[in-house]
Amino acid sequence: MFSIKRKTKGEALFDLFNNFGMLAICFATLYPIWYVLVNAFNEGQDGMRGGIYWWPRVFSFESFDAVFQSSGIMTAMGITVAKTLLGTVLHVFFTAMVAYAFSRRGLIGGKIYILFGTVTLFFGGGLIPTYLLMKDLHLLDNFLVYIIPAMFSFFDLIIFMTFFRDIPDGLEEAARIDGANDWLIFIKVILPVSMPVIATIALFHGVYQWNDYFAGVIYMNNMDLQPVQTYLYRVVAQSSSSQMLAAIPGGIGKSVTTQSIKLATMVVTTLPIVLAYPFLQKYFVKGMMIGSIKG
Amino acid sequence: MKTQLNSAPTSLSAADAKAARSKWLRKLYSQRHIQIMALLGVVWMIIFNYVPMYGVIIAFKEFNIVKSISEAPWVGFMHFKEFFQDDSFMDVMRNTLGISLIKLAIGFPLPIIFALFLNEVRSVGFKKAIQTISYLPHFLSWVILGGILTTWLADVGVINNLLLALKFIKEPISYLAEPSYFWSIIITSDIWKELGWSAIIYLAAIASVSPEMYEAATIDGAGRFQKMWYVTLPSIKSTISILFILAVSGVLNSNFDQILVLRNSLNESASNVIDIYVYQTGMQQGRYSYSTAVGLFKSVIALILLLIANRVTKKMNDTSLF
Repeated sequence: MFSIKRKTKGEALFDLFNNFGMLAICFATLYPIWYVLVNAFNEGQDGMRGGIYWWPRVFSFESFDAVFQSSGIMTAMGITVAKTLLGTVLHVFFTAMVAYAFSRRGLIGGKIYILFGTVTLFFGGGLIPTYLLMKDLHLLDNFLVYIIPAMFSFFDLIIFMTFFRDIPDGLEEAARIDGANDWLIFIKVILPVSMPVIATIALFHGVYQWNDYFAGVIYMNNMDLQPVQTYLYRVVAQSSSSQMLAAIPGGIGKSVTTQSIKLATMVVTTLPIVLAYPFLQKYFVKGMMIGSIKG
Repeated sequence: MKTQLNSAPTSLSAADAKAARSKWLRKLYSQRHIQIMALLGVVWMIIFNYVPMYGVIIAFKEFNIVKSISEAPWVGFMHFKEFFQDDSFMDVMRNTLGISLIKLAIGFPLPIIFALFLNEVRSVGFKKAIQTISYLPHFLSWVILGGILTTWLADVGVINNLLLALKFIKEPISYLAEPSYFWSIIITSDIWKELGWSAIIYLAAIASVSPEMYEAATIDGAGRFQKMWYVTLPSIKSTISILFILAVSGVLNSNFDQILVLRNSLNESASNVIDIYVYQTGMQQGRYSYSTAVGLFKSVIALILLLIANRVTKKMNDTSLF
């Protein structure tokens, strides 16, 4: 907007308060995260006294050492990384593939397929019937329980379809004349031009896979297969400090406490998201828009 | 075609049908690859969406883990009656509705207000920075947030130290062990996590308001607040309506992930919501049929709420989901 007039006093006052309020919100958002960070880098025993607000009082890397040396936490971390990578790749590929088929003009049964999927947006089986299904499929205590039941989402399919419908037909036709079948067209033509929507869905599903702890809580009794979020859940919610103490390997200094290891684990668990965040944020804003307009 | 040549004129329609069928079959054959892709999705949905939907019938049965669902005897509405008469029923309903309604009353308008004021920030760079920062908590797991909260609310945590220093309290308070604080903790932390993220859609809607509207309002002598109230807010009314319908239908979803992390046996009287109750009776006590009945009760109420909210907003300002 062009303002020819100079700002009036009231306007200037409004801007001042508004900017100040926004800064306050930013501070309130970032400070709790900062607090965890500085406390994780403070020596454990000293940290018990509290009062560390802005900077570590006694700087120490020992809690992180303990985390990296604990086989329990590292195994759980490996599970989280594996399920995030594998789960995201499969989810994106499978959902995009079905979306590509559903978005085909003149698809026999297309309307019925879409109705079939729409129903799943409104109705579900709930906790126990789903649990019983996983049991019948022998997915309990099985790594695949993180992957296969999360492989498809009709909501994400709608986002993919919206995107695919805008791809010019000419691209497909050219490939078809060259003798490519639908599988080849999907992989060689459609996927490469759909990178923006793929990035968006991959980001959302990746964050979901990274953050989810509940699947590990209900489907896993085998501790070697729990993701690090489930591990943290057992520490935070069930205050199972015994699990945390067991995680402290021998040879680590006595300054490490269950609390400081908890904080260090939280930092290690969150770091990948915070680091990737600035690079990925343009995608999720875009994705939110597609989802909100069509969903 | 051969068939047409041989057939008598009387069976022309039959021949047409046959021709149509062979045309249909040819079309089906030509799209066989794409049909396989579609059917793979359909099969996935049958297994992971429709089989559990069928499994809901155990709510009306006395299901036993050693037998199959079809073998279990029917018991009608027994489990529903049991739930209505259970001692926990009142607690569960009070907690679910209480937390959700307060969340709706505070957590729904706040992102709108935030978006309105953020829109008034003049510097584009500053605006972008605030947005980026405010979205961040949305991407943290509730487990992490639970860890942050238990640290903050600990006896030697920030909150207690601050209140002790200001002499508001004499002794540290164990917030998560006191039922009376639980709702506030849940609602505040939820707003902290989702404020910026929920504002995205409103910001997008505001961005599409035509600048001429603002110019016209400026010429008419409208100030910043008046422009917000008379121009911006009415322009995003339909967006607000749609999100309101969705929020109302989700009233019984009291954010299971969040509460499961923060609940404990000491704050149970304030933290036992429907979803937690379903989890406890089902997974921890093994009362599969009963737990499923409670979950089904919740889904039915949620559907009714969705229909009512849709109706009301349709009447009020011609916006609806369907």
